[in-house]
Amino acid sequence: MIIGLTHYLAVAAILFTIGVFGIFVNRKNIIVILMSIELILLAVNINLVAFSVYLHNVVGQIFAMFVLTVAAAEAAVGLAILVTFFRNRGDIAVDDVSVMKG
Amino acid sequence: MIFSNDLALAVPELILAISALGLLVFGAFAPRAATALTFAAIGALALAAWAAAVGPIGRGFSGGMISDQASAFAKVAIYAASAIAIPLGQKWFERKAIRNFEFPILILLAALGMGMMVSAGDLISLYIGVELQSLALYVLAAMHREDAKASEAGLKYFVLGALSSGLLLYGASLIYGFAGSTKFDDIAVAAQTGASTGVLFGLVFLICGLAFKVSAAPFHMWTPDVYEGAPTPVVAFFAGAPKLAAMVLLARVLSEGFAGAADQWRQILVVIALLSIFVGAFAGLAQKNLKRLWAYSSIANVGYAVLGLASGNAEGVQAMLVFMVLYMIDVTGFFACLTALSRNGRPMETIDDMAGLFKERPGIALAMTAFSLSALGLPPFSGFWAKFYVFKAAINVSDPMIQIAAVLGLVGSVVAAFYYLRLIKVMWFDAAPGGTDPIPGEAKAVAIGAALFSFPVVLGALIFIDPLAKAAAAAFGLAS
Repeated sequence: MIIGLTHYLAVAAILFTIGVFGIFVNRKNIIVILMSIELILLAVNINLVAFSVYLHNVVGQIFAMFVLTVAAAEAAVGLAILVTFFRNRGDIAVDDVSVMKG
Repeated sequence: MIFSNDLALAVPELILAISALGLLVFGAFAPRAATALTFAAIGALALAAWAAAVGPIGRGFSGGMISDQASAFAKVAIYAASAIAIPLGQKWFERKAIRNFEFPILILLAALGMGMMVSAGDLISLYIGVELQSLALYVLAAMHREDAKASEAGLKYFVLGALSSGLLLYGASLIYGFAGSTKFDDIAVAAQTGASTGVLFGLVFLICGLAFKVSAAPFHMWTPDVYEGAPTPVVAFFAGAPKLAAMVLLARVLSEGFAGAADQWRQILVVIALLSIFVGAFAGLAQKNLKRLWAYSSIANVGYAVLGLASGNAEGVQAMLVFMVLYMIDVTGFFACLTALSRNGRPMETIDDMAGLFKERPGIALAMTAFSLSALGLPPFSGFWAKFYVFKAAINVSDPMIQIAAVLGLVGSVVAAFYYLRLIKVMWFDAAPGGTDPIPGEAKAVAIGAALFSFPVVLGALIFIDPLAKAAAAAFGLAS
C-alpha cells in the first residue's frame, strides 16, 4: 500500500477531532485541555507538511514552523494563567472553573 | 522589489514593536516609573496612528502585507482606542494598588497584532496577527492576579481562544492545500468560479475561527464570562478594538480571497448574523450583571456588523466599518462609566446597583442613558446612524435572503430595547441608596467624551467618517 496524501489528511482529521473532543468532553484536569490544544495544532502541522510535499511548495513547511513557534508561546501563556488560577483556588479541576454562570 | 519599500509599508508596526520591546526593558529596570511608561506608550500609539494615516499604499513582503485605505482607516481607529484604554486601565490598577508596569506594554502588543490583522495579505500573516493580539488579550484578562474571577476569566478566554485559533488554523491549512497558496491573491484565482469542496471546507473553519474572535453566535459562549470576570477597563478595550480588527480581517479575507465564492460565504454570514442578533437580544433579557448584559449586547451588535458584511458589496463593507467605529466609541464609553462607579469601595456592576444613579451622579447617569439609547438605535444617537447604514446596505441588495434578514434584525433590535430601557428606568426613577464614591477623573473624561460623540458630535463626525469608510470599502475591490 502506498501512503498518499489522503492518509495524512485522515490522520490529521482524526487528531483534530480527538483534540476538539478532548476540550469539550474532558471533565478532569485543565492540563489535559492544554494537551488537547497542542494536539489540534499538531494535526494542523501534519496537514500543512503533507500538503507542502504534495504541492512541491515550501510555504506549507514555513507555515508549520510559524505554528510551532506560536504554539510554544501559547503554551507558555496558558500555563502562566493556569498558575495564577491555581494560586487563587488551590485546584485545577475543570469542574471548579464555574464561579460565573448565567 | 526593494526591501526598504517593504519596510516603509510596515512603519506603524515597526514603531509599535520597537517601542513595546524598548519599554519592556525600561520597565524592568525602572518599575516605579509607571507614569513615564504610560505616556511613552500613548506617544508610540499616536506616532503609529500618524504613520498609518500618512504612510504609503501598496503591497509588501511578497504580498504578505497590504497597506491600503482600509488598513489605514482601521489602524487609526484601533490605535486611538488602544491609546484611550491605557490611562483608563493604568489608573484603575493604581487604585487597586496593583503595580504592574506591563499593562501599557500588553496594550501595545495587542495593538501591534490588530494592526497586522487588518493589513494581512496572506494566511501566515493573518495567523500571526491574530495570535499576537490574542496572546496579549489572554494575559490582560487575567491581569488582576489576586482576583479569582479574573484568573478564571483569563483561563476560559485562553482555552476557548486557543480552540478558535486551532479551528482557524485548520481551515487555513485546508485552504492552502486545496487552493495551492497562502496568498489571498492566489486563493482568489483558485476560487474564481466558486470554491471547490476542499476550499469551502477550509473557508467554513476560517469563518468559525474569526466568528469566535468577534464573539458572534454560535461561538459567543466565552463572552459573558470573560466580560464579567476581567477587569472593567480591560473589558472596555476588549469590546471595541479587537472586534473591529477581526471584522476588517474577515472582510479582507472574504472579499480579496473569496470574491468568487461570495454566494457561498454570504449564506454562512447571514446565519451567523441572525443567530447573534437573537441570542444577544433574548439571552440579555435575563441578565442582572451589567457587564454580562453588555456582553450580550455586544454579541447582538456584532450580528448587525456581520449583516452589513453579508450584503457582499462595497456598500455593505462601508456600513460594517461605520457601524464598528461608532459602536466601538459607545461601548468604550459605557465600560468607562462602569469603571468609574463604585459604592463604598465595591464596584457597582448589577442593574440594581444603578438605582437612582441620576440623583447621585447625574453626569455619569446621563452618559449611560446616551449609550443605552444609542445601543438601542434611537435617533439621533450614533447607534441609530450605525444601524441605518447597515439596514440601508442590506435593503439595497436585490436578494430576498438579505432583505428578510434585515427585517428579522429589526425585530431583534426591538426585543433588545427592553433591557436598555429597563436600565434607564432603574437609573432615573428608582430610589437612590446613596454612598457612591467620587468619580475618578480619567474615566469621567472618557465617558463624557464618548457620550458627547454619541450625540451631537456624531452628526459632524459622520461627514468625515462616511467618505473615509467609503474609500476603505472600495479598497477591498468588491462590486459597489
